[in-house]
Amino acid sequence: MLNLRLTILFSILCWSLRVSATPSVTDSATAKKDKVNIAEVAFEHILDAHSWHLWGAGHDALAIPLPVILKTESGWQFFMSSAFHHDTHGAYVVEINGTRLINYKETIYYASETANAHGSYISERVNNGKIELTNAKPLDLSITKNVAQLFLAMGVLLYVFIAMARSYANHGIYTSPKGKQSLLEPLIVFVRDDIAKTNIGNRSERFVPYLLTVFFLILINNIFGLIPIGANVTGNIAFTFVLATITLIVTNVNGNSHYWKHILLPKPLYLWPILMPIELVGIFTKPFALMIRLFANMTAGHIIVISLVGLIFVFESLWISPISVAFALFIDVLECLVALLQAYIFTLLTALFIGSAVADHNNDGVHNDEDEKLLNPSH
Amino acid sequence: MFVLGSLITPGVGLIFWTSVVFLLLLFLLGKFAWKPILNAIKTREEHIKDALSSAEKALRDMRELQSNNDKILQQARAERDALLKEARATKDSIIAEAKTKAQEDAMRIVEVARELIENEKNQAQDELRKQVAQLSIEIAEKVLRQELKSASKQMEFVKQESDRIRLS
Repeated sequence: MLNLRLTILFSILCWSLRVSATPSVTDSATAKKDKVNIAEVAFEHILDAHSWHLWGAGHDALAIPLPVILKTESGWQFFMSSAFHHDTHGAYVVEINGTRLINYKETIYYASETANAHGSYISERVNNGKIELTNAKPLDLSITKNVAQLFLAMGVLLYVFIAMARSYANHGIYTSPKGKQSLLEPLIVFVRDDIAKTNIGNRSERFVPYLLTVFFLILINNIFGLIPIGANVTGNIAFTFVLATITLIVTNVNGNSHYWKHILLPKPLYLWPILMPIELVGIFTKPFALMIRLFANMTAGHIIVISLVGLIFVFESLWISPISVAFALFIDVLECLVALLQAYIFTLLTALFIGSAVADHNNDGVHNDEDEKLLNPSH
Repeated sequence: MFVLGSLITPGVGLIFWTSVVFLLLLFLLGKFAWKPILNAIKTREEHIKDALSSAEKALRDMRELQSNNDKILQQARAERDALLKEARATKDSIIAEAKTKAQEDAMRIVEVARELIENEKNQAQDELRKQVAQLSIEIAEKVLRQELKSASKQMEFVKQESDRIRLS
């Protein structure tokens, strides 16, 4: 997201100073048109990609090639994303083991027999006024930019926390926390006490590792997303989908009899036909909201920053840049807060859902009539 | 819009890899990081709690000891005061007793002396009386001898005496 900003600002500089004497030094693919399509640029930077783009555009782009893993009609195919030669318009056909593949807007399709008018090997048809691609897709398990960042995040988390665990072993646990410990211990204690214990109660301990993993995985990916060349992992719906699904599973697997009674036999009885379906749907709407919330918040923040920088291109003036930069900086600082906040909210709500499923309301370890009294003091 | 569709359609590849990464992380961190870290934090918290409560207990014990000391000191002081008082009383009583006894002794001595003196005096008086009587008799004898040297005088005296006897 931010790399775009840097690239754009730099090229703006060149542009306004008329350094770009040769038309080949183009700023991006969009430079083909007179006006930059900001929406397209924004989505390009929010969506996943098969290579890790650093800077530059077109054939001059510098990108880290990533492995492409496909299950095609002719079996598993492995090759590096550099095989596409930075092409994302379906114009460059990669032929591997007799399978012809194209990268069209960062999705890999089987190439059509012939190229269309724009040189893309795609076939389109109009369906209800919408243009649809008819090309079939192989099963794509590539190490995309997001997956690569996930691996990186995993490596960092493992390194940091295992090193932290070791420092307890090495320096003893009775000394005051140092270095990583003093930074991360408050967060760990916060998740354990203020998120898990508050919302789940005295049986929170077994859920703490799950909540910690969720919290730190989201947090680190939120932060990586703010770094100029980082990937927008937490703003990807597949990522939030997986986390929300695991929360769904954890919640319902641990649901006690009271939880299920509340869903399947809601009171009062005469409203059962209405309430029961609502409660059943509620099982899914809660994690669904989790999924959408994180995805939308992170994506929205990134889009705002890109849009603000994009103003420079929309107005085609350098004089708008102080405003763009000032606002983008403001949003970026806000995003730092949001990075922490969204990790907190996701973890908090997960704990809340688990808490509602395992709740015994007086913390005696079982759900019984006493708890019912606590729930309905009027009865 | 085509791009929007890809924005809200979760990709199979990323779902797969996210699941792999997350479950791997959950397992590895759970085993090698969360467990030792949480244990360490918990142990330390308990240690701090224990240390605090034992410090408090020590303080309480010390206060108790101090108050005990005070009590003992006070007791000792009271005891000392009592002892002193008793000693003083004993001293006073001894002195008083001695005084009374001395007085009694003195009185007795005086009494004895007085008796002795009385006896001596009586004896002396008797002696004196005896001697005076002797002397008187002697004198009277001498006077009589002188007076009645002549026969006339003897007759006169007898006459005088016989007159007096008659008169009486």
